[in-house]
Amino acid sequence: MRRERAPIWIAILAAIGAAFFVVPLIGLVVKTPWGDALQSLTSTDTLEALKLSLIASLSATAVSLVLGVPLAWIYARIDFPGRTVLRALTTLPMVLPPVVGGIALFLAFGRRGLVGSLLDTTFGITLPFTTAGVVFAETFVAMPFLVLTVEAGLRSMDRRYEDAARTLGARRWTVFTRVTLPLIAPSLLAGAVLCWARALGEFGATITFAGNFPGVTQTMPLAVYLLLESNHPEGSFILSLLLLLVSLAVLVGLRHRWLGSA
Amino acid sequence: MSLDVEVRTALGALRLDMKVQIEEGEVVALLGPNGAGKTTLLRTIAGLVPIQSGHVELDGEILEEPATGRYVPTEQRSIGFVFQDYLLFPHLSVLDNVAFGLRARGAGRAEAGRRAMEWIDRVGLENRAGSKPAELSGGERQRVALARALAPDPRVLLLDEPLAALDATTRVAVRRDLKMHLASFSGVRLLVTHDPLEAATVADRLIVMEEGKHVQTGTPVEVTEHPRSRYVADLVGVNLYRGQADHGSVLMPGGQVLAAAGAEAGEVFAVIHPRAVSVHRAKPEGSPRNVWHGRAHGVELYGDRARVMIEGEAPIVAEVTPAALAELKLADGGDVWLSFKATDVSVYPA
Repeated sequence: MRRERAPIWIAILAAIGAAFFVVPLIGLVVKTPWGDALQSLTSTDTLEALKLSLIASLSATAVSLVLGVPLAWIYARIDFPGRTVLRALTTLPMVLPPVVGGIALFLAFGRRGLVGSLLDTTFGITLPFTTAGVVFAETFVAMPFLVLTVEAGLRSMDRRYEDAARTLGARRWTVFTRVTLPLIAPSLLAGAVLCWARALGEFGATITFAGNFPGVTQTMPLAVYLLLESNHPEGSFILSLLLLLVSLAVLVGLRHRWLGSA
Repeated sequence: MSLDVEVRTALGALRLDMKVQIEEGEVVALLGPNGAGKTTLLRTIAGLVPIQSGHVELDGEILEEPATGRYVPTEQRSIGFVFQDYLLFPHLSVLDNVAFGLRARGAGRAEAGRRAMEWIDRVGLENRAGSKPAELSGGERQRVALARALAPDPRVLLLDEPLAALDATTRVAVRRDLKMHLASFSGVRLLVTHDPLEAATVADRLIVMEEGKHVQTGTPVEVTEHPRSRYVADLVGVNLYRGQADHGSVLMPGGQVLAAAGAEAGEVFAVIHPRAVSVHRAKPEGSPRNVWHGRAHGVELYGDRARVMIEGEAPIVAEVTPAALAELKLADGGDVWLSFKATDVSVYPA
């Protein structure tokens, strides 16, 4: 391939654009008080927040897989009136300010909410300010990533493999589990990882719907924010760095599948 | 065991309207140009494309009949299907591909594995059982596809262009093996192809279809000797005309009269082999009853002979030796005369 030289003004603007991303990351690494790192990381509050974050984000990913894969299948395979509108509604959380999502969740599933009041009076279940509420908020925000990725995978797969399985006597469920799912495994994995990363970083909807109670609803991003506002803001740096490393690992892990290998 | 199919359905621009009956032990080839609806017909038999009217019947059991609302889903039809590009499951090994149908129909893992292995042996791939389809050659994939379709012991075997995905060198060997495997299967065998050689080597009977409709049925010899459409005539490489017979001649729609020894009466096809047509630069004298005038407008090499396309009141193809081609300068085109005997025109009812 011919090596092309960038015009100078494009190179300058591009360099500023790249610096805009790189400088804050350098700042985080340089300004982190490495001496207190171990102490910050192993404090009970941090460990609790970390544990809660992992449990909640993995649960949200599991819920998204169980509900999102069938939803993606319906979008990809079944033509029904209102599909476009429904798909837009279920994609909305990707672009909605998360706080708005949290408020919407509160109005629906809060103790006096549309469905929440029913849950409260009938089953005695309250979601807000519980760990389940955190999973709820994270699922709400993160599932669309999984649905869209899996739907794209289902649309691009060669459906004649399913025909071949049917001629061999496979029922629809067997076709789905033994042929369809393995064939879209790359999309499934990419969707699940994106979904999990989004859930892990969730802040706005979680704090609005589930609150900020250490050990119950205080996830890592919430703990970071709280530490930053406290007398020891340095503690938030090391947690931020930890979240950064997790995100970086996700990106590197998905490099081939999602970003292309170019 | 017999298959009785009468289907009418529309799919995009295609209007499929076909009747096919296949008896036990028969190998039938569906022959037709691209877009004729051959694959669609196979898919309707397998239940992968719904029919609008008609019926699909296997051994007297109705598998599908819109009039009565009966529809047996694909997975419950005893049909083996070899797809054009084989569609081997890329995530499964050869063994698991072949065992798939057995597992889906309820065999245990060990039992399915054992029976799949027998089939893999039978197609000569015993040392490839653990390989993934991507590691196989085209010919090996074809054999896996055949083993996979046959392993569940279906009553009908449908093959969609089983050799089209192969290159010319492997095709010869695979065609021979395919013929052998088809011979060892006792159910109904229906094969789609657009290759007349493949059809003639493998099948007992040909069904020619064009634009979703039946054109001609017969043994390979009957079809090649008595083509009933331009498509078949071109495949076989003969000149085909249609006209009104009148005791020793055939009147063609263009007004031209063809002297034909066997012509009696009624609507007929007339076939002239290009070898029987002589080409001259000057008007020939003497005995041939048919002398036409035309313009040479193209030459094609055909084995060690050359075929000259000639335009005139009726287009015709003549076969000449390379020597004659050079001597008459036919590649340059221009006016030519051609002649053929009335006894070289084969006539049969349309």
